[in-house]
Amino acid sequence: MKYAAKIEVGLKPGHSNPEGETTARSLVELGFSVEAVDVSKVYTIILEAASAKEAKAKAEEMSKRLLANPTKDNYTISVVEQK
Amino acid sequence: MNTEDIKVCVLRVGGTNCDAETQRAFTELGAKAEVIQVSDMIKKRNLLDYNVLVFPGGFSYGDYVRSGVIFARHLSANLGKEIRQFVDEGRPLLGICNGFQILVEYGLLPGFSGISEFPEATLTTNEPAGFKCKWVYLKQENRGKCAFTSAIPAGKTIQLPIAHGEGRLLFPKEKEQALLKKIIDQDMLVFRYCTKDGETAEGKYPDNPNGSFHDIAGICNPEGNIFGLMPHPERAMYWWQQPTWTRENQMLKYGDGKLIFQSIINKLTKTNH
Repeated sequence: MKYAAKIEVGLKPGHSNPEGETTARSLVELGFSVEAVDVSKVYTIILEAASAKEAKAKAEEMSKRLLANPTKDNYTISVVEQK
Repeated sequence: MNTEDIKVCVLRVGGTNCDAETQRAFTELGAKAEVIQVSDMIKKRNLLDYNVLVFPGGFSYGDYVRSGVIFARHLSANLGKEIRQFVDEGRPLLGICNGFQILVEYGLLPGFSGISEFPEATLTTNEPAGFKCKWVYLKQENRGKCAFTSAIPAGKTIQLPIAHGEGRLLFPKEKEQALLKKIIDQDMLVFRYCTKDGETAEGKYPDNPNGSFHDIAGICNPEGNIFGLMPHPERAMYWWQQPTWTRENQMLKYGDGKLIFQSIINKLTKTNH
């Protein structure tokens, strides 16, 4: 079956976030009341798997081996079956 | 071995830069240096014909996902066995800028217990944010382990240019102090950003240009044969590349970057590799 695995990679708490801070400053300059901006990357991966569980396990492996660096990144995975 | 017998491989791919300057730096000092496209190296599988391997600077694979990670995975998938043998034999491997990012993402640096399966550190977004292209001062902190700095006395301050957006070296927060101790104890610390007078930058911009932990600009592995640094020594090879070249009456023929390349040559001409 075909699945879409959505992997969101963001910064672990406690790490400084220059990209988010710069974005927040720009939004404040535009007149928005903004407290903080978190920046993350989303990878939507279309893959074949026997079950949603297997698709998630594959996405987990992809995150570990390529998409996230354990020093600074957290990631979350959600899997949706593709019709 | 003799200098003219030293074979250097500068491995390039789309997005690499300063490969020609790196080749020229080695050639200037009498070694045989070639720029090799990674796809050719994968076809020929002749990495072990070379005595020195260099991952040059640039933006390999567009810096997609994270700087250096795609090139690192491409290399481990296709040349992993050869690279392992190359470094296990103690042959020198240098990573400049993007090359340093590749070494870290590959797991070759810091390499506390050999090549790690997952990266043990990261080179991430500069703080303050932004691409920084400028000259920096660096203090040589290595006590003799690193094969790439033997021509630079410990404590000496040198000047090299940087050009990067992701040069902030970080270790996992919870292990930061323990790993720093390990790096110092095992003589893996090589360059720290400093002031013109050689005082440590203490994390302060602009002397520390990217917010790097402990002002670290370059480290080597515990064996000293793998070295990565964010600054570009090949852009400081000659006197006319120095920022002061129009203001000095008399300049030395070479810039400080030459010392890195000279150190490798010195090391190899004294050993059998």
